[in-house]
Amino acid sequence: MTALLSILVLVFILVAIWQMVKIFDLTQSVTARSDNQVANDKDNKINGYLMLGFLVFIYVITIICFVKWGDLPLMSNSASEHGPGIDNLMIISMIIIFFVQTVTQFLLHYFAFKYRGEKGKKALFYADNNKLEAIWTIIPVIVLAVLIIQGLFTWTTIMNVNEENDPLILELYAQQFNWKARYGGEDNTLGKANVRLIDINRANILGVDESDPNAQDDVITTELHLPVGRPVLFKMRSQDVLHSAYMPHFRAQMNCVPGMITQFGFTPTVTTEDMRETPEMQDKVANINKIRVDKSKDLVAKGEQALDPYVFDYLLLCNKICGKSHYNMQMKIIVETPEEYNAWIKTQKVFKDSLID
Amino acid sequence: MSAQADTHDDHHHKETFVTKYIFSQDHKMIAKQYLITGTIMGVVGVIMSLMMRMQIAWPEEPNVIFQALLGKWAPEGVMDADIYLALVTIHGTIMVFFVLTAGLSGTFSNLLIPLQIGARDMASGFLNMVSYWLFFLSSIIMVLSFFVEAGPAAAGWTIYPPLSALPMAQGGSGAGMTMWLVSMAIFIASSLLGSLNYVVTVINLRTKGMSMTRLPLTIWAFFVTAIIGIVSFPVLLSAALLLIMDRSFGTSFFLSDIFIQGEVLHYQGGSPVLFEHLFWFLGHPEVYIVLLPALGITSEIIATNSRKPIFGYRAMIVSILAIAFLSTIVWGHHMFISGMNPFLGSVFTFTTLLIAIPSAVKAFNYITTLWKGNLQMNPAMLFSIGLVSTFITGGLTGIILGDSALDINVHDTYFVVAHFHLVMGISALYGMFAGIYHWFPKMFGRMLNKNLGYIHFWVTAVCAYGVFFPMHFIGMAGLPRRYYTNSNFPLFDDLQDVNVIITVFALIGGVFQIVFLYNLFASMFYGKKAIQNPWRSNTLEWTTPVEHIHGNWPGEIPHVHRWAYDYSKPGHDEDFVSQIVPLKEGEEELQH
Repeated sequence: MTALLSILVLVFILVAIWQMVKIFDLTQSVTARSDNQVANDKDNKINGYLMLGFLVFIYVITIICFVKWGDLPLMSNSASEHGPGIDNLMIISMIIIFFVQTVTQFLLHYFAFKYRGEKGKKALFYADNNKLEAIWTIIPVIVLAVLIIQGLFTWTTIMNVNEENDPLILELYAQQFNWKARYGGEDNTLGKANVRLIDINRANILGVDESDPNAQDDVITTELHLPVGRPVLFKMRSQDVLHSAYMPHFRAQMNCVPGMITQFGFTPTVTTEDMRETPEMQDKVANINKIRVDKSKDLVAKGEQALDPYVFDYLLLCNKICGKSHYNMQMKIIVETPEEYNAWIKTQKVFKDSLID
Repeated sequence: MSAQADTHDDHHHKETFVTKYIFSQDHKMIAKQYLITGTIMGVVGVIMSLMMRMQIAWPEEPNVIFQALLGKWAPEGVMDADIYLALVTIHGTIMVFFVLTAGLSGTFSNLLIPLQIGARDMASGFLNMVSYWLFFLSSIIMVLSFFVEAGPAAAGWTIYPPLSALPMAQGGSGAGMTMWLVSMAIFIASSLLGSLNYVVTVINLRTKGMSMTRLPLTIWAFFVTAIIGIVSFPVLLSAALLLIMDRSFGTSFFLSDIFIQGEVLHYQGGSPVLFEHLFWFLGHPEVYIVLLPALGITSEIIATNSRKPIFGYRAMIVSILAIAFLSTIVWGHHMFISGMNPFLGSVFTFTTLLIAIPSAVKAFNYITTLWKGNLQMNPAMLFSIGLVSTFITGGLTGIILGDSALDINVHDTYFVVAHFHLVMGISALYGMFAGIYHWFPKMFGRMLNKNLGYIHFWVTAVCAYGVFFPMHFIGMAGLPRRYYTNSNFPLFDDLQDVNVIITVFALIGGVFQIVFLYNLFASMFYGKKAIQNPWRSNTLEWTTPVEHIHGNWPGEIPHVHRWAYDYSKPGHDEDFVSQIVPLKEGEEELQH
C-alpha cells in the first residue's frame, strides 16, 4: 500500500515537472528577447519575500520539532549518577545553539529580504571593520571557553574509572550478533580470557582460562543485572569485529575492540521498576502501546499476529556497524535492589559448572 | 609572475574529436568532464539514499522500486539487510569522494584557477588529463562493485576493520571490498595529481599584478583545499594499502585475537584503533576538502550578487588558513569512545571546539556582506544564502558532537547523521549548485533557465530542512544509525512517524532534482546565449571570450591592478570595477 502511495506521489511530481518543463519552453521562446536569465527587480522582490517566508519556515519547523518531539530526547530521566551532568551540559549547549541559531538565521534571511536589489540602488561600499570582527571573534571564544571547561570537567569525571570504591567488575562480551555478560563472582575478579581459549565443545564460549583460579566462580549470562547504587566497571571485549556498547538511558557508550579491553564505568541510580513508574516513562509507554495497537489492527487484518504490548526495559544496543544483523544486536538490562541482585546471581551457574566434560 | 611563457598562446594545434572532447588537456574541457561525471555519480548516490529512506520508513515492505533496481538483493521487492548496509556504504563513499570532492573541486578548481589568476592553462595539462581519467576509472570500478557475486562493500564508508578485513564477517567484505579499496587507491592518485597541479598553478602562473592578496577568495579556498588534500590523502592511501596487506597477505596491522565462524584466526598484535587514526587523519580534513571550495564559491557569489565587497577579506583568508590548520589536528573527535586514552579525548575536544571560532567569523562576515547590499537574487545567490543557513544550522550542533562528554550519548546516532549532512553534505552541495548556476555561462556559453533555478532552490531548501531538522530529534532519542529496520526495538516505535515524514521530504527533494538535471542538460544545447559578463563581475574569467579558445585570452593575458571586490566603489560610474581596470589617479586600493 505504502509502496503504491509512494509511486503515486512520484507520478504526480513527474507530471508537475513536465508542466514546469513546458513553462521553461514557453519562457525560452516568449521572453527570449527581453529576458537574459539574470534576476530582475521582480525576481529580487519575489525571492526577497520568499526569504522572509523561509525564515518563518525555519522557526515553525523548530517549534514543531520541539513541541512534538522535544519530549522524545533523552534529555531528562537519566538513570546513572553521571547522567544529570551530561544532561545539564546538553541543555546549556542547546540553549546557546537555539539562541545563536534564532538570531543568525534572522539576520541572514532578514537582510536577504531587506536589501533585495532594485534598479538604480547602490550598495554601500563597506569592506572592513576590525572592531566588529574582533567582537565576533571574542564572543565565540568566551562562549566556547565556558563550554570547553565544563565539557572537559564532565568528561574527566565520567572517564576517570578506578577500582577503589569497590565497583562491581563486569565483562561485556560482544560477538556477531549478541552480547554476553561475565560477572567476577564471589571474589569480584574476572578470570583471564582470550579468544584463543574458546572451546565450543566444552561450552567455553568466551575463551575463559580454565586453569585460572579467579575464573572458576565467574558467571556468564545473557541478561545484564545491575544492583542499584553500586558503581559498575565494565571491561569490554569483542571476539570478531568492532561493536559499540550503547546504553542510552545511562548515558554510556564504549566501543568493543578485538584485541584489546576497553572500559567504561557508571553507577545506576534508578531501578527498572522505579523507572517504569515515572510519569514521563508511563506517558511514553502508553503512547508506544497506542501506536502498537494501531499497527496490530493492520497486521491482524492481513492475517498476521498482533504485536505484544510494550513494557519498558533498559537496553544495551550495538551502535557500531558490525554486519548483517547489526540492527538486532541487543541485550536487556535489569537494574534492581541489591537484595534482588544477590538472589538472582545465586541462581546462575558458575563457570566451572557450566563446562561440558 | 607573468613570466609564464606564452608557449601555447593561440597558435592552434590541429584538434581531433578525441583530443578535444575525450583526452583533452584543456582545463575548461576537463572541468566539464568532471562536472558531468560528478553529476552522474550524484544521481547514483541520491537514488541510493532514497532507497535507504524508503526502507527505514516502510521497513520490510515490498517495494517495486527495490525490485527494479536491486534485483536479486530484493527478493519479491523486500530489501535485504546486507544490501542496506551496502547502500549506506556506497552512498557515503560516492557523495563524499566522487561528488563533493572530485565533482566539486575537480570542476571548479579546474575551471577557475587558470581563468581567475590569469593563466593560459594548468601548470601541467597532461597531469590534469591523467587526473580526470583516473577519477573516471575509479568511478567505474566503484559502480561496477555492485555487480560482484557477494555484493559491494558494506562496512560503512569508514570501512573499519575487522569488519572490512574479513570476508567471513559479511558478504561485502569479499570482492566488493577489494574493488572499493582499488577504486579508492586510484581515486587518491587522481586527487593528488589534481591537487599538486592546483598548488603549482596558483603559486607560479598568476598574471602580472595578481598578488596573493588580490586573489579572489575562490582561489584561496581551492589553493588551501589542495594543500589539505596533499597532506592528508596519502595517509588514507597508506591505510588502504595496509588493509589490503591484512586482507590478502596475512599481515596483522589492524587485526588481533579474532574468533569468527568457529575458528581462531592467526592475526596477532594489530589494532583496529590504529586504522581509525589513519582513516580520520584524512577523514576529518576531508570534511574541509569538501566544504572549503563551497565556501570559496559562496564568497565570490555573495560579493558579486550583493554588489558589495566581501566583508573582511583578510579575515576570510585567515579563517580559511586557521580552519585548514585546525582540521588536521581534530580527527580524534570521531574516536572519543573508540577505546583510546580519555586524555586524548580532552585534547581533541579542545582543538575541535576551537574550529568554531574561524567558522563563526566566516558566517558573520557573510551576513555583514549582505547588509546594505543591492542583492541580485540569481539562483546562484539563493544557493549561497542557503549554504550560509545550513552551514550555521549544521555547524552549531558541532559544539555538541565535538564535546567528548556529550558525544558519549549521541555518538553514531541519527543526531550525527543530521549534523554532518547539513554542515557538509547539503552545504557543499549548495556550493556546487551555486557554482554551476554562476559559472554555467562561462562553461557552456549559455544561460541556465532562472525560473527552473528558483523552483529547484526553494523545493530543495524546504526539503533539506524537512529531512535533516527532525532527524536531530530522533538522534537525541537514542536511535542508532545504520539500522536496517527499527522494528526490533519497541522503544523506538514512537519515532516511526518522524521517519516517515523525513522520507516523504527526502523523496520530494530527491525527485525535484530532475528539474535541475533537465535545466542543466537542456540549457547546454538550447539555453539562451550568454553575454561576456552576465553577472557584471570583477574577476578575470569574465574578460575571456564567450567562445572557449585554447589559451583562454586572445592576445596578451590582461594585467591586474586591483583586488577582486571593488563593487559599488565610490567614484566609479558602474557598480563593478574589473580587476584589469587600472587605479584612477588618486584612487586608493582600499582593501584588507
